[in-house]
Amino acid sequence: MRAFADLLERLAFTPSRNAKLQLLQHYLERTPDPDRGYAFAALTGDLKLRTVTPGLLRGLVEERFDPELFRLSYDFVGDLAETIALIWDGEAQGELSVSAAVHLLETTGKAGLPAAIAGVLDRLGPSERLAFLKLATGNLRIGLSARLARTALAQMGGPELHEIEELWHGLTPPFTELFAWIGGGARPESAALAPFRPVMLSTPTDLDELRALDPADHVAEWKWDGIRVQAVSDGGVRRLYSRTGEDISGAFPDVIAAMNYDGALDGELVVRREGAVASFNDLQQRLNRKTVSKPMLSSHPAGLRVYDALIWQGADLRGLPLMERRAVLESADFGSEMIDLSPLLTFATWDDLAALRADPPDPVIEGVMIKRRDSVYVGGRPRGPWFKWKRDPRVVDAVLMYAQRGHGKRSGFYSDFTFGLWDGEALVPVGKAYFGFTDEELRELDRFVRNNTVERFGPVRAVAPKLVVEVAFEGVNRSTRHKSGVAMRFPRISLIRWDKPVAEADRLETLEAMIDDPNVFGSDAARAGTRHGRKKRREEGAG
Amino acid sequence: MRADDFLHPTPAGLYCPQGDFFIDPVRPVPRALITHGHGDHARAGHGAVLATRQTLEIMAIRYGEGFAGTTQAAEGPVTIGGVGVSFHPAGHVLGSAQIRLAPEGGPVIVVSGDYCRTPNPVCAPWEPVPCDVFVTEATFGLPVFKHPDPAAETRRLLASMAEFPDRAHLVGAYALGKAQRVIALVRQAGHDGPIHLHGAVQRLTDYHVEQGIALGDLRPATVPKEIEGQLVIAPPSAFASPWVQRFRDPVISFASGWMAVRARARQRGVELPLVISDHVDWPQLTQTLTELRPDEVWVTHGAEEGLVRWCELNQLRARPLRLVGYEEDEE
Repeated sequence: MRAFADLLERLAFTPSRNAKLQLLQHYLERTPDPDRGYAFAALTGDLKLRTVTPGLLRGLVEERFDPELFRLSYDFVGDLAETIALIWDGEAQGELSVSAAVHLLETTGKAGLPAAIAGVLDRLGPSERLAFLKLATGNLRIGLSARLARTALAQMGGPELHEIEELWHGLTPPFTELFAWIGGGARPESAALAPFRPVMLSTPTDLDELRALDPADHVAEWKWDGIRVQAVSDGGVRRLYSRTGEDISGAFPDVIAAMNYDGALDGELVVRREGAVASFNDLQQRLNRKTVSKPMLSSHPAGLRVYDALIWQGADLRGLPLMERRAVLESADFGSEMIDLSPLLTFATWDDLAALRADPPDPVIEGVMIKRRDSVYVGGRPRGPWFKWKRDPRVVDAVLMYAQRGHGKRSGFYSDFTFGLWDGEALVPVGKAYFGFTDEELRELDRFVRNNTVERFGPVRAVAPKLVVEVAFEGVNRSTRHKSGVAMRFPRISLIRWDKPVAEADRLETLEAMIDDPNVFGSDAARAGTRHGRKKRREEGAG
Repeated sequence: MRADDFLHPTPAGLYCPQGDFFIDPVRPVPRALITHGHGDHARAGHGAVLATRQTLEIMAIRYGEGFAGTTQAAEGPVTIGGVGVSFHPAGHVLGSAQIRLAPEGGPVIVVSGDYCRTPNPVCAPWEPVPCDVFVTEATFGLPVFKHPDPAAETRRLLASMAEFPDRAHLVGAYALGKAQRVIALVRQAGHDGPIHLHGAVQRLTDYHVEQGIALGDLRPATVPKEIEGQLVIAPPSAFASPWVQRFRDPVISFASGWMAVRARARQRGVELPLVISDHVDWPQLTQTLTELRPDEVWVTHGAEEGLVRWCELNQLRARPLRLVGYEEDEE
């Protein structure tokens, strides 16, 4: 637990991705099985333990500490587990292994859990107490994605990341076979059906860059504003993965039911009504949920718009050129009207494509994708074969940084938000927004703020940089009054991107680049119409 | 007469009417007794200053020789206007002292200043001084503050230097006391390579060396080629200044008792928080009060509420003085 506690401590404060990778890699190299496997599972969220609730922890505290002193301490520290870890009286007595801690949490009955946890706390040092409580509450908060954690495995000199990712969903903690494989042993045989395969990503482009390429070598298709998924149906096992390999099947039983085919498809997850693709806002109602209600399934039915096929009826198509994969898809039966193929666009020159992009037939289109006809399907983001050319920006994806309690009807709610953009490895606040969301979304945001507070300054809370919000605005000016040097006009939160990794929020440069761009001002009538409609709905909701 | 009649808070600081002097005044006064050299306790511009020789020398380094009208080094007990005054080691920084007041016909009052009971290689250890009224700080006056063994924290620093040998490790440490203590701790932990100093910690570090404290190979942190991958000691304020730009990919560290709380470390943008404090932590605070068992505890600054609550629970008469002007961040 000592080494695990040190690791968590370092990871929690280390901003750099590479440094995080190094710390984790070294921990895994120096820690024996099965401890490293359980620790790894804790980091990737694959350790399913009996959840120790805040209520249980408070109960432990009430038995031992003066409530007034605890209250003052908790106010100062701001995090329950951390306060308990710090305030608890105990000296380190010997070493408690991570696996022993996991075993204890797995095998202790609910009634015995408080005493068992107190017993463990009594014999740990302070940083280990915190690590143990984080393990027990399942909330490590160290800003390390499962994918980044798996990247550390790939750095250990054994199998490549994509090989590990393909196998990942067939593995269970403490991953002894996986570590044996990494150490030079045999590849685990227990590969499950319907594995995730690394997704191929595109790089951004623009007209100037495109002019250097031959349009005849490329095809283009709409970029749909949903979330990119991999839908795998394999020998009766069906799984829906996000593009980082998280299994999101549970939230989309309708999509799972529609996957009446045998293969692994790459596509966009969208809400569909009568064939048409609904807005991202509609899809958003379905995201970030563990389960989904029947009314939601019928009001917001989800489906797929297919871009590509990795596997089809037992054949691995990834080594084939795009157009050959496409031919397979064009003659394929997906087994449901909720799944269809994303059509190709007809264009002869890049200017043709620019015209299409400027006036898309559907507001849910967020630009065009351009792909080389001969491109093979490779995981990762190779530069060259695939490009995305998004519609003209007038929104930014910002990271929620601070929240302030509102007044009047919003008393007690964290309703005024300060958001920021990346500048180097740091976030810079660029503006504030306090409307644009429904009452229900406000409650969700408030909950998020309370659960992710890292510091309080009177009525203001600083929140952990974990949530991306799409901010819509009318324009952006230079400003000497703002630290970021820019001021947005009329900013409002247009979408809450529960799905979007914080690292992918926009950079300050993106906003700065919009300063002189006339296209910022509502050049896209269709999209503007959607926004207007959305805003109107929200105002009704907020009323 | 009540203890308040012999010592009470005023806007300028704690005032003793019988001796007509202030202790650690925050604005210029005719006569000041000063516990230690930190800027919020030791200010320039007083008429006469009584402090330990080292505190006077530190003040001269910080403010120049003419920092006060006259100075007197505290060497043995003196009487000022019928008040017996003596200085006793506080274990906080070099020269730091508790001030014992024994007014004629009044209670014995000990003003602790800032103090620390963890052994510190760069200053004399704290001594218990029996008293009727104990005037204490409460910088870390909450039970969450239990400072770990500074040697263990130092090992974490050295482990990080081994983990990231190409990255300079910049340890933020206040120029008086903490900087030299970190250096001494690093030496005790066996690191004997050069340690580079930010200009703002240079003079006070030199002074420690002059006082006979061995700190090893110290160099200015000026030559870019020489500081990559090295250990550098700097005042925490330097991290917000362009000075940091000379380092390619530094590990920013901060040695402070506040680093025990994650939100504080994050607020500072610290990558390697080191919990090394020159103040008493909660166990030391409460142990001190238990041992001294004064009739009254006065709490000058810090988390007064927590300590006063503890006194209440332990049948000790206590009250907060709510003195203003002392910075909790001078740590």
